[in-house]
Amino acid sequence: MAVGEVMRMEIPAGGDLTVTTPELHVLAVDDSIVDRKVIERLLRISSCKVTTVESGTRALQYLGLDGGKGASNLKDLKVNLIVTDYSMPGLTGYDLLKKIKESSAFREVPVVIMSSENILPRIEECLKEGAEEFLLKPVKLADVKRIKQLILKNEAEECKTLSHSNKRKLQEDCDTSSSSSSSHDDSSVKDTPSSKRMKSESENLSSLF
Amino acid sequence: MDLVQMQKSLQDYTKSLFLEGILDSQFLQLQQLQDESNPDFVSQVVTLFFQDSDRILNDLSLSLDQQVVDFKKVDPHVHQLKGSSSSIGAQRVKNACVVFRSFCEQQNVEACHRCLQQVKQEYYLVKNRLETLFKLEQQIVASGGMIPAVELGF
Repeated sequence: MAVGEVMRMEIPAGGDLTVTTPELHVLAVDDSIVDRKVIERLLRISSCKVTTVESGTRALQYLGLDGGKGASNLKDLKVNLIVTDYSMPGLTGYDLLKKIKESSAFREVPVVIMSSENILPRIEECLKEGAEEFLLKPVKLADVKRIKQLILKNEAEECKTLSHSNKRKLQEDCDTSSSSSSSHDDSSVKDTPSSKRMKSESENLSSLF
Repeated sequence: MDLVQMQKSLQDYTKSLFLEGILDSQFLQLQQLQDESNPDFVSQVVTLFFQDSDRILNDLSLSLDQQVVDFKKVDPHVHQLKGSSSSIGAQRVKNACVVFRSFCEQQNVEACHRCLQQVKQEYYLVKNRLETLFKLEQQIVASGGMIPAVELGF
């Protein structure tokens, strides 16, 4: 798979999923130096590897999505989760979310939006654009732990699905189905988190074998 | 003062900050993130908050002193300060910022000047109290003691 592939867990031949939890790499985006410090600690204490950047523009640069050179060096870049503040000067968290979901490399990476303002239309807009979750600031440890469990669960389900089918055939079918689903202008598909969407498609395919 | 007395003083002092509403539960969240591997986490975050706030308050004073106040510049500063104070649990600063923002929305220059004074007041208060708190902690650590966990029975 391409750049930005979600980290795969190593599954022993017996299909037993009780392996040590791999370390998630999280990209945290926030223009506030105080909030960057806090979110970094919240994530590190939750055993995540963290990269913090101060703006949406810097985030795009880091991900190689800024159209500049250097994108080819990012083949091995693994980002499992992007957490971003909503209100930032320049590119907002929403703008960043859109750019990530438009990219082929990172559209499957879950994006969580944080905001100090509980504005329902804003929340709906972000979830509709494919945000995994919307967290109200100030972010607490319980929020981060919950997000981490959610991400790990989604990744475990993906691996489980793949291990129960003909891997190679499914891989090919997944690749073609993911490219066709991205060109779909199907608003109902957009409402579901992308990782769940992938799972239901592979389950449909696996029933054909 | 012996160690046990110092620890009790610190606990009482911390409790009083919560009872007066100067700090809220988010400060406790930060304390939970501090451990042997990161023993200075809280003071590091708070120091960043002080530096950031000094800068913001300075910018706010300048913006409000202009002949024609540009509220498009003022509001984001207040929003920033509201956010960072909320993140460290500086409740009264945060609340003062909320009021400030409503007057920014109304584009009421005079009220905004008053709000700025109020925010500054709350900020210097929490700054003073937290600096005292950290001094008490340092005294305990210097005496070979450990910082007791805050027990809030209310």
